[in-house]
Amino acid sequence: MRTRRLPASLVLGAVLTALVVGAALLSLAWTPFPAEQIRVVARLRPPGPEHWLGTDHFGRDVLSMILVGARNSLAVGAAAVALGAALGVPLGLAAAVWGRWGDEAVARLADLTFAFPAVLTAILLTAVLGAGAVNVVLALGLFNAAVFVRVTRGAALAVWRREFVRAALALGRGPLSVTLVHVLPNVAGVVIVQATVLFAVAILNEAALSYLGLGIQPPSPSWGKMLGDAQTFLFTAPLQAIFPGGAIALTVLGLNLLGDGLRDLLDPRHRSSGVL
Amino acid sequence: MLAFLARRLLTLALTAWLATLVVFAVLEVVPGDPALLMLGTSAQPEAVAALRHQMGLDRPVPVRYAAWVGGMLTGDLGTSLTYARPVAGLVTERLEITLPLALMAMLLSAGLAIPLGLLAAARQGRAGDWAVMAFGQVGIAVPSFWFAILLILGFSVQLGWFSAGGFPGWGMGAAPALKALLLPAIALALPEAAILARITRTAALDTLREDYVRTARAKGLRRRTVLLRHVLPNALIPVTTILGLQFAFLVAGAVVVENVFTLPGLGRLLYQAIGQHDLIVVQGVVVLLAVMVVLVNALVDIACAAVDPRPRVAA
Repeated sequence: MRTRRLPASLVLGAVLTALVVGAALLSLAWTPFPAEQIRVVARLRPPGPEHWLGTDHFGRDVLSMILVGARNSLAVGAAAVALGAALGVPLGLAAAVWGRWGDEAVARLADLTFAFPAVLTAILLTAVLGAGAVNVVLALGLFNAAVFVRVTRGAALAVWRREFVRAALALGRGPLSVTLVHVLPNVAGVVIVQATVLFAVAILNEAALSYLGLGIQPPSPSWGKMLGDAQTFLFTAPLQAIFPGGAIALTVLGLNLLGDGLRDLLDPRHRSSGVL
Repeated sequence: MLAFLARRLLTLALTAWLATLVVFAVLEVVPGDPALLMLGTSAQPEAVAALRHQMGLDRPVPVRYAAWVGGMLTGDLGTSLTYARPVAGLVTERLEITLPLALMAMLLSAGLAIPLGLLAAARQGRAGDWAVMAFGQVGIAVPSFWFAILLILGFSVQLGWFSAGGFPGWGMGAAPALKALLLPAIALALPEAAILARITRTAALDTLREDYVRTARAKGLRRRTVLLRHVLPNALIPVTTILGLQFAFLVAGAVVVENVFTLPGLGRLLYQAIGQHDLIVVQGVVVLLAVMVVLVNALVDIACAAVDPRPRVAA
């Protein structure tokens, strides 16, 4: 029997993502120090045997903050994607049935999504509702919902044109039944790939908003806020600006590679060259 | 072409109108009294009542919306509470920084991404292609504000070639102003260049498979000539469309990057307005940014349709 080789991007992406998820899970059970513990006597320590990645301006252990930050980042990203999918996938499936009106509504929604990038939507909402993780999830979730509508509808329209769907309709099945039994399972792959990509985008945007002070609020650690704090001490403790940014970049790289790999696996026509 | 133009202008107007509706609706759902939110709970009731009147909160919602949109059409975005000045004037001043910044970032992004994308396509599957694709993945993963901090760390803290932030103003001459915008523009351009390089590569690979490219090679044209004369112009159509869409991300990215470099642009105005609960400025700036993005996308579509008949026919 011929076995199919997994795309290299899928393997690399899965390993990187597993590392970040592992770090987040580890932080539930163990961190070298309590992440919110302030020790002014140990402030701005460079990396060493006691504090592997050093300490910040409040003497908090950077490694512990990065581990807990992974948990916060992944939680906000996952919630934003889940909210987006919960709103967008059913609407996208419905828009594929609506025909011309569905076309127009989705086209206008797409234009609006481009007019309001996720960060701008989040800034607008936090201006009104106040800063905090819940409002960031709400803002990014709404942005994601619009993307899910577009992608799901596109994939669903392609499924609706296929023979077996026509056959199911001819046999007397209604649009709702066809959508649930035939269309939804066939668009699931595209939705999962899109969810992976949007997860990465949500993590980037959450970090940007937390950097601005509009996202996850202190004392809960967040990678974006850590970067914001580190910028003040660039001259005295430059390394503090390296680690949280590296954590964001590795997480996003892992998720993007995972998304590319999944797409290659599900649809080999889109195969990119090699790992990247 | 005229029918396409009319249709595109109609959708432009419709989307711009929807954008105003979204911004207005979001600010309508402010929990509690917006005037009280702006002035704080310790404000005098008379001051709150005066602000409510100034914001039109004592009028019905449709009347207020009509007045707001009508004002915008005549260039009146309201008066800022913090600066006690018309928002339109504040925005014009700040655009003098944000627009050149976005433009520089776009030029840098296109200038880097298009040659890289072409190179990758020409060397598909070889080391050059892999290097460009690796740049694409890493460039997308690196947050622009972190890259901005790294640039400050390298070029300001370590080498001392650039200041770590601030803007000298255009009055001091173009050179110092452009120098102050260079690092922010590089930070903004990186993720966009990464995406654009991948798009250029795909578009160039698609074109390389066309019969007319094979014919051009068969009649003896050099590979380089074929790439520049036949592949590049055709690959530029999807690239230009993406470049237009990226304007939205540049504008959103500018909000963050301007804060990293403390540049007094539109993004920083918006950020400060949020901190000061100046909802009139927030409303004006967000709607202006959204309309700018819609306008740029429409212009790009029209420009693409002018050189390529396919979208016109499809429409």
